[in-house]
Amino acid sequence: MSDILVSEQSKPGAAGSGRPSGRLLEVEDLRVEFRTRDGVAKVINGVTYHVDAGETLAVLGESGSGKSVTAQTIMGILDTPPGFVTGGQVRFHGKDMLTMSAEERRRIRGEGIAMIFQDALSALNPVFTVGFQIAEQFRIRRGLSRSDAKKRAIEMLDQVKIPNAKGRFSNYPHQFSGGMRQRAMIAMSLALDPEVLIADEPTTALDVTVQAQIMDLLAELQRERQMGMILITHDLGVVADVADRIAVMYAGRIVEEANVYDLYAKPAHPYTMGLIDSIPRMDERGQQLRTIKGLPPNLMNIPPGCPFNPRCPMAQPVCREKLPPLLQIGTDRASACHFAEDLVNRD
Amino acid sequence: MTENILEVRDLVKHYPVTRGVVFKKTIGHVKAVDGVSLELKAGETLGVVGESGCGKSTLARVLMNLERPTAGSVNYKGQDISKLSGGALRRLRRQIQLVMQDPYTSLNPRMTVGDLIGEPFEIHPEVAPKGSRRDKVKELLDLVGLNPEHINRYPHQFSGGQRQRIGIARALALRPEIIICDEPVSALDVSIQAQVMNLLEKLQAELGLSYVFIAHDLSVVRHLSDRVAVMYLGKIVEIGTEDEIYERPTHPYTQALLSAVPVPDPTLRDQKAIIRLTGDVPSPVSPPSGCRFRTRCWKAQDVCAEQVPLLEIRSGSDHPSACHFAEKREIVASHEV
Ligand SMILES: Nc1ncnc2c1ncn2[C@@H]1O[C@H](COP(=O)(O)OP(=O)(O)OP(=O)(O)O)[C@@H](O)[C@H]1O
Ligand SMILES: Nc1ncnc2c1ncn2[C@@H]1O[C@H](COP(=O)(O)OP(=O)(O)O)[C@@H](O)[C@H]1O
Ligand code: SF4
Ligand code: SF4
Ligand SMILES: [Mg+2]
Ligand SMILES: [Mg+2]
Repeated sequence: MSDILVSEQSKPGAAGSGRPSGRLLEVEDLRVEFRTRDGVAKVINGVTYHVDAGETLAVLGESGSGKSVTAQTIMGILDTPPGFVTGGQVRFHGKDMLTMSAEERRRIRGEGIAMIFQDALSALNPVFTVGFQIAEQFRIRRGLSRSDAKKRAIEMLDQVKIPNAKGRFSNYPHQFSGGMRQRAMIAMSLALDPEVLIADEPTTALDVTVQAQIMDLLAELQRERQMGMILITHDLGVVADVADRIAVMYAGRIVEEANVYDLYAKPAHPYTMGLIDSIPRMDERGQQLRTIKGLPPNLMNIPPGCPFNPRCPMAQPVCREKLPPLLQIGTDRASACHFAEDLVNRD
Repeated sequence: MTENILEVRDLVKHYPVTRGVVFKKTIGHVKAVDGVSLELKAGETLGVVGESGCGKSTLARVLMNLERPTAGSVNYKGQDISKLSGGALRRLRRQIQLVMQDPYTSLNPRMTVGDLIGEPFEIHPEVAPKGSRRDKVKELLDLVGLNPEHINRYPHQFSGGQRQRIGIARALALRPEIIICDEPVSALDVSIQAQVMNLLEKLQAELGLSYVFIAHDLSVVRHLSDRVAVMYLGKIVEIGTEDEIYERPTHPYTQALLSAVPVPDPTLRDQKAIIRLTGDVPSPVSPPSGCRFRTRCWKAQDVCAEQVPLLEIRSGSDHPSACHFAEKREIVASHEV
């Protein structure tokens, strides 16, 4: 489908009417700010993305670009205060989660949308065994008996390929290695068979050989269950391996969205081009790496016009005045650059 | 070939594992570094790669003589650093400096940038007499691409990449010959990482530095290194030129490591033959007998449990590899298109 992006979706009838729009999870024009002693940080400034069943959307961006805050807002675990949603919608099956009752939201969490984090150790409770924490979900949310819940929990541990799942059931999180803890967290988040899984830097803390194991596992589980997956990462290598579509974030906005092949072959935003050029290539030893000059903006003081303009090698006077909206170019991609057409039409 | 500026022989660093509070009883040892030999040539970059806990940082600390080795020697121009102390050690330390991973915690937050970079001069006043220090610090700031006007700022006023530059300026203050970089870009975002890597290369060319460059990111290491050592559980399993390691790896661990590196090119997605290792790295307190990699190795035979494979050149290969069955294997993932 081509009407994936941008504000066309807010046409009457589509949003807010409670009628399922066909999309599984949609974030639209989301805005979040943090009100701190030092001032107001505008952290999310109109994020729009969606994920459908069976597909993997990668959200790519450097640290501080707002990837995690967007995910926290979707999950309803935004740190409030200081964080406040100041605009936009998060629709699950067409229904805005930001305005529904707390009870409705709670039901979606776990069964509708689940999340895994970079740091499994802090996501698991250290005082309960891993097995207990998984079994509890079956008891509380599904009303299973203690012994049935235990059986299901062991099945889950087995599904995420923890060797000797039965024996491991009564281990505490600290008795697991980093990779196994990540598996346990995946088991926990998938226990209630969610339709969407948000994975926030699930392998950033892991070594490459373990990272490969975990990414395999996630891809396999996603395929089997036809889940929609939002994979948050800053690693352009991981993205190239698993994503269907990519949304690139910069200073709290999506600056480019495209399918994975188009994005790497022909980025349509200067920031994406800069990111791809900065990766050390195995075969270009000794050559200077191309870099993006300067630093991401201070979110308390985002420059006017295009937020990327102080760092952009293509910036023109218009870029300091007009904020480029995220507009569709061609059929299934979008870019928030005044000169996006020129970029995709170059040879 | 150029001379060796550093020669490391059979280096061992064990940490005791103790139990009990009052009467500490040693119940074992963490074999963090367990028999490492390597050379660093003048003006080259030696990369050291390996997974978390394999002993990279411990190696760095022992090379710097921040910790004494349990056994073995570290020769700098013919002098064993690990046996020196007092003034002799201090003089030698000038020549070897360290840049650490974490730009957030490795700088004292209460010192200005000027004080941080100038601090080494306090210990080595012969390098810069008091009156000239501010100017020297400003020169260093300029050299690493920071604004000399910011000499009175504090670390928290800088970004991660800028703090890493401060760390580099500090390491350069005493005009060392060798810089040991322990994961200097691992905490940085890719665009900032590229800036710091370019800086390190520029400084090497301008100042003739030799680097030991420790990292777990194999593409970063390849980009900067002339030669590469691969570590697993406290030992070097393979060492060679950048080409020998990345194009013709012979140790199964190196092969697995390289094949697992995600390649930033979606068109290669289904063409990569990834070697999937099972399980985790065993504990360095009780490493497996024989070859330490055997618990995860798909080629392991009985002999692997009995005999420690030496790090040596075997027939059919052009560089040292510590595997009884070392042989070439095509690793598609290491190639860029
Ligand atoms: N002071 C110490 N006392 C006891 N054990 C230690 C000490 N320092 C390091 N170790 C252990 O020695 C081993 C090697 O540690 P080291 O920090 O050198 O690993 P590394 O390769 O630098 O890992 P990383 O990639 O995570 O930085 C680890 O098992 C570690 O826990
Ligand atoms: N609890 C909080 N209080 C104040 N600022 C926060 C908080 N959480 C996140 N932020 C800020 O929001 C911005 C986006 O953060 P985040 O979404 O975590 O970035 P990332 O893209 O690295 O995941 C950053 O500037 C961060 O400092
Ligand atoms: S709008 Fe202008 S400043 Fe922004 S990315 Fe495009 S060219 Fe660069
Ligand atoms: S010596 Fe044996 S176990 Fe070790 S890497 Fe070679 S084949 Fe594998
Ligand atoms: Mg984050
Ligand atoms: Mg380390």
